[in-house]
Amino acid sequence: MRHVIAILIENEAGALSRVAGLFSARGYNIESLTVAPTEDPSLSRMTLVTRGSEDVVEQITKQLNKLIDVVKLIDLEDIVHIERELMLVKIKTTDKIREELRSVVEIFRGKIIDVTPTSYVIEMTGTSDKLDAFIATLDKNSIIEVVRSGATGISRGEKGLHL
Amino acid sequence: MCHLGEKVKYFECKLTIIVHINVIFQLLEGGNVELNGAQIVIQSLKDEGVEYIFGYPGGAVLHLYDALFQQEDVKHILVRHEQGATHAADGYARSTGKPGVVLVTSGPGATNAVTGIATAYMDSIPLVVLSGQVPSPVIGSDAFQEVDMVGITRPCVKHNFLVKDVTKIAEIIKKAFHIATTGRPGPVVIDIPKDITDPSVKVPYHYPKKIEMRSYHPATSGNKGQIKKAVELLLTAQRPVIYSGGGVVLGEGSQELIELAHLLGYPVTQTLMGLGAFPATDKQFIGMLGMHGTYEANMTMHESDLILAIGARFDDRVTGKLDMFCPYAKIIHVDIDPASISKTVKVDVPIVGEVKLVIRQILEGLKDAKYKIDKKSSEMWWQQINQWRSIECLEFDRQSIAIKPQFVIEQLYEVTKGDAFVTSDVGQHQMWAAQYYPFDKPRRWINSGGLGTMGFGLPAAIGVKLAHQNSDVACVTGDASIQMCIQELSTALQYNTPIKIINLNNSYMGMVRQWQEFSYQSRYSHSYMETIPDFVKLAEAYGHVGIRIEKPEDVRPALERAFAMKDKTVFLDILTDRTENVYPMIESGKSHHDMKLRVAIGTTTDRELS
Ligand SMILES: Cc1ncc(C[n+]2csc(CCOP(=O)(O)OP(=O)(O)O)c2C)c(N)n1
Repeated sequence: MRHVIAILIENEAGALSRVAGLFSARGYNIESLTVAPTEDPSLSRMTLVTRGSEDVVEQITKQLNKLIDVVKLIDLEDIVHIERELMLVKIKTTDKIREELRSVVEIFRGKIIDVTPTSYVIEMTGTSDKLDAFIATLDKNSIIEVVRSGATGISRGEKGLHL
Repeated sequence: MCHLGEKVKYFECKLTIIVHINVIFQLLEGGNVELNGAQIVIQSLKDEGVEYIFGYPGGAVLHLYDALFQQEDVKHILVRHEQGATHAADGYARSTGKPGVVLVTSGPGATNAVTGIATAYMDSIPLVVLSGQVPSPVIGSDAFQEVDMVGITRPCVKHNFLVKDVTKIAEIIKKAFHIATTGRPGPVVIDIPKDITDPSVKVPYHYPKKIEMRSYHPATSGNKGQIKKAVELLLTAQRPVIYSGGGVVLGEGSQELIELAHLLGYPVTQTLMGLGAFPATDKQFIGMLGMHGTYEANMTMHESDLILAIGARFDDRVTGKLDMFCPYAKIIHVDIDPASISKTVKVDVPIVGEVKLVIRQILEGLKDAKYKIDKKSSEMWWQQINQWRSIECLEFDRQSIAIKPQFVIEQLYEVTKGDAFVTSDVGQHQMWAAQYYPFDKPRRWINSGGLGTMGFGLPAAIGVKLAHQNSDVACVTGDASIQMCIQELSTALQYNTPIKIINLNNSYMGMVRQWQEFSYQSRYSHSYMETIPDFVKLAEAYGHVGIRIEKPEDVRPALERAFAMKDKTVFLDILTDRTENVYPMIESGKSHHDMKLRVAIGTTTDRELS
């Protein structure tokens, strides 16, 4: 099962390597990991996507909680939540495909944010599935570069992960 | 010139005394004292109540050593290798319950300490390790004696810090002691760049009395609902067993465990790390469990319908093959660390909390409960257990003309009246010490269980002796293990820590040889050393007493002689039966009811009982 774990962690040097080190030392897998400071500069927020059986994910959350720098965490899988990922794609274009590409980008609610005579850079946000689906519509040979941020997530409703 | 030099020295000495008096006055007045980083480190240790610091100097910690030199409250124990410092501090911590403190220099000093840090980590022992680091401006430049200590130790510490600001030292030290000693204890490393301890930079000093950390709140008492469930299971079980571990020792829960076990009347087994928390001479004690546990302990576990696990972590040396582990049992698991619960074995009633408090809660629950203990089924269960006991799985050949190692441990027990602190190294001798020295008190049995570190025993014994100067301290070791930290014999002389070294010398890495005998058709690949030193001469060279013992009848008198020499470290080199094996044994991949027992005396085949 895929799990999205949101973590509030002290914004200290080495905090990221404690999390990454835990995963490699205990043989857990990380699908993606994003991190940035929050509105409170002493705290960072991490979003970690992992896969594993219920037992393994339970161990992962316990082991993460055990890290001294981790202040709080939730497994978003346990609650109603929203997930978003940002993707930038650079595509080789020819006159023939430009028109069609523009309409596909529109269907996926993406934006073309850079244009040259021979290329587009497309910006798109959405769930990771949606981004996969967009990539699948492209001709593989036309893709120059794909950059994905990894998923971030937040719970729906009034409640939230804060101090 | 010479005359002048002496005058200057005298003047300097006087000056430092005056500086000291000034500091004391400022402290008394409660005013903010100005100290340099090195002084802050040492003053913080003083304020934390640290008695001993085990260390070894070097470039990056010279400022710290200079600050140490100018005071006498924190006593420095100079070891001969940094691994010895960590083990000695560890032995001090295990035998007292107080944190052990270590000071090493950067680079090789720091890496030498890593084995000892990992040893403490695996057994949840509170240590605070101060390591020197190259000056902040050159960190990351591959400077002389630079290693990334925070990176290297990250997977084997409870937490670590790199000090970046001299004004933060006191707070970080307070945090380190707080983290090391609370919750599930463990080692904490503080890496201190040399510029942070610069004598010319002085800042106000204040050591916090208490510390709050928003990210760290260890559990205390157990969940009431879970306690209720546990009490109900405990009172309705037909074939219950209490399985307790090192957590009861660390959590000072021994008295509570004894009370609970006596109230219930259930059998108690303990892990290697738990020995002593419940008295081994109590009739409810059925011995250690696991790979080299007793037949009755392992069979009781296997056949039980309820396990009350307290401060134990279902380690692989305890469980054997996981999918055959205790097939009929419901499990209640009490532990301070939520991550230890349901890690390897799924449990039915998890209780997170301090063992002492949780056992108290269970005791209260039992007093209020509507059920009473079923005496009848308890009797039947004990009948079964006593039948397993009657196999006498720990019997050995007492007529042997070679010295049996088990006999030596039995004699050690008698000579010390069961009241010694016993440290050990790793191997067969460790198992024999655990099996044949019945510990009745916690913190008496000091060994490296989790990491299994050869070289632990001697330095640990020095740490124990410093803390318990009027008690007998024995180090049970083997001819291979003792050579891993033999240099600490020199430390033992310098600080006058008279310990008794019981070397069960079989001229083999016995435990390795045993596995090779059982699993590799006796192909003894590199488990034998042809050039074992003359330990008697070696002990004498280090300034101690050495005695060699070759006959069973000489064992007892030699032990008596050794322990009578109260102020001497004595090295007893005891030549034991080279072919002896540790029994019972659950070979890896097998389950609790599938034990290899000693060949019945006078027959030739293994007894495979199940
Ligand atoms: C540092 C270290 N290296 C290797 C081992 C693997 N090992 C476990 S027991 C053992 C042999 C110990 O021999 P000895 O100290 O003579 O004790 P004996 O088993 O003979 O009692 C070895 C090599 C270890 N535990 N620790």
